[in-house]
Amino acid sequence: MRVFEYRRACTLQDAFDPAWTPIAGATDLYNLMKDRIAEPGRVVDIRGLGLSAIEPDGDGLRIGALATLAQVAGRPDVAKRWPVLAEAIAASASPQLRNMATVGGNLLQQTRCPYYRAETLLPCHRRRPGSGCSAASGDDRSLAVFPTEGPCLATHPSDPAVALAALDAVVEIAGPAGRRSLALADFLRPPDPLGEPQRLSVLERGELVVALVLPHASPHSAYVKVRDRWSYEFAVVSAAAVVEHDADGRIGAARVALGGVAAGPWRPPRAEPALAGSDPGDAAALRAALEPDFAAARPGRHNAFKVELAMRAAIDALGRA
Amino acid sequence: MNYAGAMPAGKRSTSTGCWSVNGTSLEASCDVRRSLLDLLREDFGLSGTKKGCDRGECGACTVHLDGRPVLSCLMPAVMAEHHEITTIEAIGSEDELHPLQAAFVEHDALQCGFCTSGQIMSALAFLQRDAGGGAADVRAAMSGNLCRCGAYQQIRAAVASVGASRG
Repeated sequence: MRVFEYRRACTLQDAFDPAWTPIAGATDLYNLMKDRIAEPGRVVDIRGLGLSAIEPDGDGLRIGALATLAQVAGRPDVAKRWPVLAEAIAASASPQLRNMATVGGNLLQQTRCPYYRAETLLPCHRRRPGSGCSAASGDDRSLAVFPTEGPCLATHPSDPAVALAALDAVVEIAGPAGRRSLALADFLRPPDPLGEPQRLSVLERGELVVALVLPHASPHSAYVKVRDRWSYEFAVVSAAAVVEHDADGRIGAARVALGGVAAGPWRPPRAEPALAGSDPGDAAALRAALEPDFAAARPGRHNAFKVELAMRAAIDALGRA
Repeated sequence: MNYAGAMPAGKRSTSTGCWSVNGTSLEASCDVRRSLLDLLREDFGLSGTKKGCDRGECGACTVHLDGRPVLSCLMPAVMAEHHEITTIEAIGSEDELHPLQAAFVEHDALQCGFCTSGQIMSALAFLQRDAGGGAADVRAAMSGNLCRCGAYQQIRAAVASVGASRG
């Protein structure tokens, strides 16, 4: 590991210094530093900034970015009013990691693409832009099946992010120029006009994620995670569905987000209006509503199965929501 | 706004720190890169906490930080200052095992024993906090601790037996 300078931030201004890399839960950054995938020269500990409060915000909830995953999932109001988030967190990582990892850091964790994480340096656009993509000619099982901007096809590993996308969560960002808010989908899937595939989000250096805002209660939902083993494993694909039912039990409005299939949580754009009026128990109708968006899939050599798997996960989640 | 030099110098390379471990205040000269795990084992001689993968994948290094189980390999030691750290050395004694340790012996919940201290620390937190004791709860609570010998069923039985005896 490269030697670094460590300091605890006392004020937000301390954390806005772009020469310093923020650290909080440490679970991802410290690992990346051990493997010399990340080599920050200066690391600022932001845990003392009081950014872990979770408080009602009108009909919604404002979750401080430094609340741990365990703290969020352990709240009775989250379990009752935003159960899809509690389920997604319960399906994430392990108890120990959920006690350490923060919700803000969870969004900003790097991809689990094995070539990016390799202990020896392999061609990887995300790790070293322009160096190529080992997955393109190698094992592309974990990669996106829906087109992404830029040369990197790696997926985002977070479960909570998929639930948050379906909940229309808003990311609050603070920086030296002030505050701004973005929908989660816009935050995590940055356009790549500058050719910066190593970027995870639109966050600029010197900016911090300070909170996530859930706009309103969404009690009817489900999170379906498909993985290679039952626990302590990242998703192969996952689906979050948040549904409002009409008086006869049909889908009134639905929001769907899929994990493991794109650069970030993927919201099928045409399916959501098409799902309105569907019987949630009618798998064929749900499939018909989802199919036009799924037709955009462009899988690689080893991940075509994820298209059908994601379809079934989405149908399953909508039926259970 | 120019940030160059906005903050005073931080800790660099090696500096002295103070940690609260098992109720005792301990000082050490510590490199900023050092993990809490290495600090415990190599500087404080608390080698009951084990180093398996050193990447947060196996759970052998589980300790309690402020009463909650965490992975000491994934925490830079400097970030554990000002927190209460509890290790396996504080659980039971050579003369009197903790009921959970006794249950591991009783149920044959180990073979090589390398993962056991981490297993005990996870189980202890589960019993202290949740104590649901249902089989699914035990499995979920213990899912972050791998056992290469494959003693999972016995580990589950040992943890569940202590949960059940506490009612």
